[in-house]
Amino acid sequence: MSYIYNAGQPMAHEALRNVSLTIEDGEFVGLIGHTGSGKSTLVQHFNGLLRPTAGTVFVDGVDIFGKDVNLRKVRQKVGMVFQYPEYQLFGETVFEDVAFGPKNMGVPDAELPGRVDQALALVGLDPGLKERSPFELSGGQKRKVAIAGVLAMQPQILILDEPTAGLDPKGRDEVLSLVAYLHQKENKTIVLVSHSMEDVARLAQRLIVMARGKIVLEGPPEVVFRQADYLEAIGLGVPQVTKLLQALKKQGFAVDPDHYTIEAVEDEIVRLLETK
Amino acid sequence: MAMMKNITIGQYIPGESIVHQLDPRTKILATFLFIALLFLVDTFTGYALGALLLFSIVLLSRIPVKFVLRGIRPLAFIIVLTLCLHFFMTEGRVLFQFWFLKLTYEGLIRGLMMVSRLILLIIGSSLLTLTTSPILLTDGIESLLKPFKVIGVPAHELAMMMTIALRFIPTLVEETEKIMKAQMARGADFESGNIFQRAKSLIPILIPLFVSAFRRADELATAMEARGYRGGEGRTRFRVLRFTRRDAAALILITAFVALVAFYC
Repeated sequence: MSYIYNAGQPMAHEALRNVSLTIEDGEFVGLIGHTGSGKSTLVQHFNGLLRPTAGTVFVDGVDIFGKDVNLRKVRQKVGMVFQYPEYQLFGETVFEDVAFGPKNMGVPDAELPGRVDQALALVGLDPGLKERSPFELSGGQKRKVAIAGVLAMQPQILILDEPTAGLDPKGRDEVLSLVAYLHQKENKTIVLVSHSMEDVARLAQRLIVMARGKIVLEGPPEVVFRQADYLEAIGLGVPQVTKLLQALKKQGFAVDPDHYTIEAVEDEIVRLLETK
Repeated sequence: MAMMKNITIGQYIPGESIVHQLDPRTKILATFLFIALLFLVDTFTGYALGALLLFSIVLLSRIPVKFVLRGIRPLAFIIVLTLCLHFFMTEGRVLFQFWFLKLTYEGLIRGLMMVSRLILLIIGSSLLTLTTSPILLTDGIESLLKPFKVIGVPAHELAMMMTIALRFIPTLVEETEKIMKAQMARGADFESGNIFQRAKSLIPILIPLFVSAFRRADELATAMEARGYRGGEGRTRFRVLRFTRRDAAALILITAFVALVAFYC
């Protein structure tokens, strides 16, 4: 698949070059890359918001740009949480905003309250907020309302573009544990776009690294993080704790540097100290 | 989103030509003189001379003629309408009759004249924006409005408002596209339905857009105050407008031309 912005004009810019990938049902994929690497452009193809200049997209084996495909159905199946989703809130009440998606998808009015309650419960918001204006809420709460607005459509596949950007550490942890819950307990397929190595390392089963519109690395986190020098060369890095293990290894300590969560690295270092 | 790409109002094409380098005040005054000429003259010779002047300026500016002519396209409908109204609605000697439509000699002349006037007007004013960057243009307007401060025209404030408005057009276009995509991802549909449904479907775009425009305005005001902005009083400039001998020459030349054409044609 390729995508060119302003194709055929002097301002043409090739944002994706022959990108090809498959995401399995129930998988958790972390998509990482420097600003401008094409990751946001790529995910906007997954639900048909952008139409590739060349190539196509299959969801559940169906070509979503095919003739008889209803893009609205595709967008119900593939939910998308944009960057800073709180800037898209418009409803007079939280209820109205969260119900917007399901309503567009043709969910009967009688089922809407159930959908909204369920979505608000998922993101951990007090149901008492339903009648409040979304503009009165705090930044973190607004973000959760916006995410609930996508979850209320009950998508099977969820794409999140930098969902933690601009949140405080507490809000970040809450959003990330919500994503983990959706993946583990609700069996949703997740694509998490981020440039925080720590975030994706902890959650994703597979990492896809993009640079200049191409997929440059792909594989389980420990395999991808072995390429620390290359990742740094394209403006990324590896989690701090992995860096520590790699440095220890270079100094001649007998550690296994293929760990990337704080807990696993802690165990590894404790083991090292004990064997000494 | 394709609709946004066609907006060419006030488009500026950077260049190094002599027309680009003239002081913006010279160009604004020259444009006004040219427009005045168009309304003073009512002979085809006059319009032809006006077109000649315009054409030589276009050549001097080295802007592709095709690009200059493109400015007419959005107004094609108004031009055709003007032509038809004058052709068939003017009383006079009938040249040609078809059913109730009467083409008169007077109508033909009047119509062609109005349309020449309109086309020259559009090209003349778009030439100003094509060769002058928006910032220089507002600087020029501010400087020209300064004498009117005595009668209470807020020259600096008007110019600052224009600068900010122009600066935020691309930002707002980008913001609109983003919001549209986000609402489309939630199944919003902006293309089907009758006019009321369509107007209603714009609410999920307009509200977030207004909210973010106000937020940006607020942030911009704070940022400007943080950098010590207190209005135009006593403010010095980074770009000082300089009215050179070349500007004087250009202005004298155009004034003389306009005066002669207006007097003789």
